[in-house]
Amino acid sequence: MPHISLAAEEIFKIGAFSVTNSLLTTWLMMAILTFVSLMATSKISLIPRPIQSFVEMILEGFFSLFKSINGEKTKMFFPLLATLFIYIISANWIGLLPGIGSIGIYKGEEAHRHFIPLLRGTTADLNTTLALAITAVLAIQYYGIKTLGAKIYLKKFFDFNNPISFFLGPLEIVSEFAKILSFAFRLFGNIFAGEVLLTVVAFLMPFFAPLPFIGLEFFVGMIQALVFSMLTAVFLNTATRQAEH
Amino acid sequence: MAIDTTTLMAGLTVALGSMVPALAIGLMAKAGLEATGRNPEAASEIRTSMILGIAFAEAIAIYCLVTALIIKFVQ
Repeated sequence: MPHISLAAEEIFKIGAFSVTNSLLTTWLMMAILTFVSLMATSKISLIPRPIQSFVEMILEGFFSLFKSINGEKTKMFFPLLATLFIYIISANWIGLLPGIGSIGIYKGEEAHRHFIPLLRGTTADLNTTLALAITAVLAIQYYGIKTLGAKIYLKKFFDFNNPISFFLGPLEIVSEFAKILSFAFRLFGNIFAGEVLLTVVAFLMPFFAPLPFIGLEFFVGMIQALVFSMLTAVFLNTATRQAEH
Repeated sequence: MAIDTTTLMAGLTVALGSMVPALAIGLMAKAGLEATGRNPEAASEIRTSMILGIAFAEAIAIYCLVTALIIKFVQ
């Protein structure tokens, strides 16, 4: 059986900071995304060049999608939501490229030598998805406090007016932490399970059988990016809405 | 064929844990298709919220999968 590792493997160390293979992929992907953004925005003109109009087309599509959820607050949330979507969809799809997860080095002694891939899908590492989830949930709190004011927003968690809302407050706090966990595990589980599935299918039948599964994984990657950003949009919407009495 | 407890537990976790989410996904797709049949103009909105709901139900099966993977691979 091929070796499957739940955690990302360490490639080298910079001081006490260990650089894992998923971190290397993240840097690669960040470089690509930065390059494309710079290309698209370097010479913005009224009559756009092909790359500018392509990026504009994508962003307009997202804007109208999020507008159906957030209404007139979309302009405030859009940078966060579009960044989450674009980052996650490229992270999910970059893990499906050939060479990622299959090119690597051997480490260890002769007896238990094991294979370490040089690059690993970014979101197939729990650290990445946990960081994304914490960012999303902290942003939700930030926008909630920014639009409603600290006093009104924090009243959701600490309300001493009547016993019911007093006991509901801790539940709200727990549900914020549950959001982090569910965001992180949903994304990690889907993508990691996809990688395991592809590995096992390729091991069982190397030719032609993995093709439909790769198509499925492209679809799953898109759906998970959509789900992550849509859920953030919905939670932002509830966090910035006045409580009705 | 010898089966160790770890493999058995991992298999059982996924098998038991994906039963109810599978039922939930089926029910949601059924409701979505019925709604689309009644009101075909709202098909795109229904599809979006159906996929969101399905992703929620799927997440529960994925939690079981993550648990099973941890049981299997983390010693």
